[in-house]
Amino acid sequence: MNMGSFTQQFLQQIINGLSLGSIYSLIALGYTMIYGIIKLINFAHGDIYMLGAFIGFVATTKFQMSFLPALILAMVGAGLAGIIIERIAYRPMRNAPRIAVLITAIGVSFFLEYTMILIATPQPRTFPAVFSPTVYHFAGLVVNNQQILILVSALLLMAGLTYIVNHTKAGQAMRAVSFDPDAARLMGINIDRIISMTFALGSALAAAAGVLVGIYYNSIDPLMGTMPGLKAFIAAVVGGIGILPGAMMGGLIMGLVEAMVSGFFSSTFRDAAAFAILIIILLYKPSGLLGKNVKEKV
Amino acid sequence: MNNLKKQDLKILCVCGVIFAIFQVLLYFEFIDPYWEANIILILINIILSVSLNLINGYTGQFSIGHAGFMAVGAYVGAIMTVKLELPFVVSLLAGTVSAGFLGFLIGIPTLRLNGDYLAIATLGLGEIIRICILNIEYVGGASGFMGIPRITNFPWAFWIAIFIIFFIKNFKNSSAGRACLAIRENEIAAETMGIDTTKYKILAFTIGAGFAGTAGCLFSHYYYIAHPASFTFMRSFDILTMVVLGGLGSMSGAITGAIVLTGISAVLADYPEWRMVIYSVTLIVLMLNRPQGIFGSKELSRKMFKFGKLGGKIHGGTAES
Amino acid sequence: MAELLKVDNVSMIFGGLRAVSNFSMHIDQGELIGLIGPNGAGKTTAFNMLTGVYNPSEGEITFDGKRINGKKPYQVTAIGIARTFQNIRLFSELSVLDNVKIAFNMHVKYTLAEAELRIGRYYNEEKEITEKAIELLKIFKLDGLKDEEAKNLPYGEQRRLEIARALATGPKLLLLDEPAAGMNPQETHELMEMIRWIRKEFNLTILLIEHDMSLVMGVCERIYVLEYGCCIANGTPDQIKHNKRVIEAYLGEEVS
Repeated sequence: MNMGSFTQQFLQQIINGLSLGSIYSLIALGYTMIYGIIKLINFAHGDIYMLGAFIGFVATTKFQMSFLPALILAMVGAGLAGIIIERIAYRPMRNAPRIAVLITAIGVSFFLEYTMILIATPQPRTFPAVFSPTVYHFAGLVVNNQQILILVSALLLMAGLTYIVNHTKAGQAMRAVSFDPDAARLMGINIDRIISMTFALGSALAAAAGVLVGIYYNSIDPLMGTMPGLKAFIAAVVGGIGILPGAMMGGLIMGLVEAMVSGFFSSTFRDAAAFAILIIILLYKPSGLLGKNVKEKV
Repeated sequence: MNNLKKQDLKILCVCGVIFAIFQVLLYFEFIDPYWEANIILILINIILSVSLNLINGYTGQFSIGHAGFMAVGAYVGAIMTVKLELPFVVSLLAGTVSAGFLGFLIGIPTLRLNGDYLAIATLGLGEIIRICILNIEYVGGASGFMGIPRITNFPWAFWIAIFIIFFIKNFKNSSAGRACLAIRENEIAAETMGIDTTKYKILAFTIGAGFAGTAGCLFSHYYYIAHPASFTFMRSFDILTMVVLGGLGSMSGAITGAIVLTGISAVLADYPEWRMVIYSVTLIVLMLNRPQGIFGSKELSRKMFKFGKLGGKIHGGTAES
Repeated sequence: MAELLKVDNVSMIFGGLRAVSNFSMHIDQGELIGLIGPNGAGKTTAFNMLTGVYNPSEGEITFDGKRINGKKPYQVTAIGIARTFQNIRLFSELSVLDNVKIAFNMHVKYTLAEAELRIGRYYNEEKEITEKAIELLKIFKLDGLKDEEAKNLPYGEQRRLEIARALATGPKLLLLDEPAAGMNPQETHELMEMIRWIRKEFNLTILLIEHDMSLVMGVCERIYVLEYGCCIANGTPDQIKHNKRVIEAYLGEEVS
């Protein structure tokens, strides 16, 4: 490989990595928000992403919706699902040992996956092309309009979330609850409502990621959420769990590393690379790239 | 203290009787091959859950990488049997020791982490182990290690499970076991009581990982094959679920959890489409109603029957993470 | 009398904050010393440095002729310093008896193999430890509760159990972090008696942090006063009571 084609290949992988990474970022945001607020690794979050993809699929195929309405429908549907799941499966366990809630989350994850298999069969479905794929070439690089769509949508959604969290009353309440739930309660914040809202927002973002992935890869299936879900969680930990910019950054890093590893080495080591990064970050900075080290007070 | 010895003997006798009953039932084919296979799977799962309970339940170190160690045992055992044509006992020992050694190596850097961070790190390492195996052609790569003879049978699985249960029980009732419990309860206090917390965490992790390797070796020598897909993080979740459902920190709980969940799975096999849906709903309902698990952190004892009530008070989320 | 503990110009710096600054202290064998100061003065930080929880940023700590900076807490315990905690840290889900037995762990000689095979020294040593632990519990009037889970004990008894557990490690120096916190005057008085008694019985040197002035002034032979991480005075209770700086800076009013 000469230097020129190496640079080209490198830049190409950056483009691929960014689009994949922004998907991870969207899912990771939900993980990080939910963890921040109720300290739960919500293993069902990857399946919400799958649910979003399927809602988008039904909307575009059965109801012939175009991209934007389908995206919004998927986000609303998944948001509702998030609220319902929290209400039924997690809220009654607010005071239970945390590991018990984690097991419940695993149960919810299985439930979503296998109910979807029951309804839609395990076969992958072809996601309709909502945009006719156009490929742009410049300077030897290949970018298609779907990658641009993913990046732009992801950026807009993240900007929206950042606005909500930083500049609205509800967002302020969210931050307060995640900082100190008891104090927030004493300040008159309705914690249950804030938690519901967090689940709704997080789930909506995951659903958007699901629809975008459907468009990008043209294929969805009921178990599609497991691996991306796990990797998004890793992204959240890498960035510093509970920190929104951390999740965005972590997602992009995950995407870039995966693209580089599959581009330059072998795609079989793609997942191992993701985990290796996780381990390295945890060992050197356990609280994540943007996290602060908190020592237990003695 | 002689009471302890007597009690051990009593339990061993009960085990012997149970073994004899099952052996007779199997011999006269009152138990069909389907259930025979499930009984062996239950025994393997008991080994896995009891050994994970040592790490998660007794020592309080939240690990979900058990499937990785199981894979190491399964593959190393298979290499010994198939490639080196060594006797099964050697394969079992090699599987156990290599998984334990890997646990030791992994434990040194990772056990500094706490709670959820340790959990996600062990999960990641478990997957790394699996992906590495997936890429080794010597052991069959992605298509798995085939042609392993079926050596595991009911007596092997049963007595190894009993051995491991006793091993872990005796561990718990030793100074090392108490050190582990102290670490679970309060790491800082444990350290000021003169306990080298790192050492005991690694010790528990090594033993737990080693026994997961034993289970893996039994597993691959029962199903003729060791396949990377059998050792994903989903299996780690399964094992964790058994432990938590039974009652984290309770040996009786870990055993019961393995029996109940493997049993449910086996019963539901007739309804393949509904199986996992029912399984997951059962799991959620059980956890919602008994978040501390079937046994809490208590052990099965006569006292429990006297009061006619399992477990005890619901305990808060302090010891768990 | 022989010097047991020497703290020489020790500082603990967290980021830009000097939690403890140039603190020096010496304690002789058998003394009973008090460490007082307003909240946030750095008392517990000083304890954490003495017990290896924190490694001092500057200075040197010598105990029984050995340098203990940089030693891990379990190593510090092994050379003879035990402590209790301001916010009680018992092994709350374990029995009262096991709480104490754990503290005997350092003195256990049987190996893991002996424990697994139930041979050799295992039974004898286990029996010995259990008996010793019960004896210790008797002293603290906790033997009747030995099978109770530690978290179910009333507050005062949890404090006593923590002291019993610390003594089980066989210390030369015992550090008590606010032992009377949350106790009523009657309990505090009993605690005072007990502290005096265990010092004699176990041949101990004791350093205690306390807010309850009647306790500190009542039992301590010498007192060190910390404020904003600096030692502003040390001396006998009488000297401290009349020290202008202490009255102004710390107490703000006359000590009873």
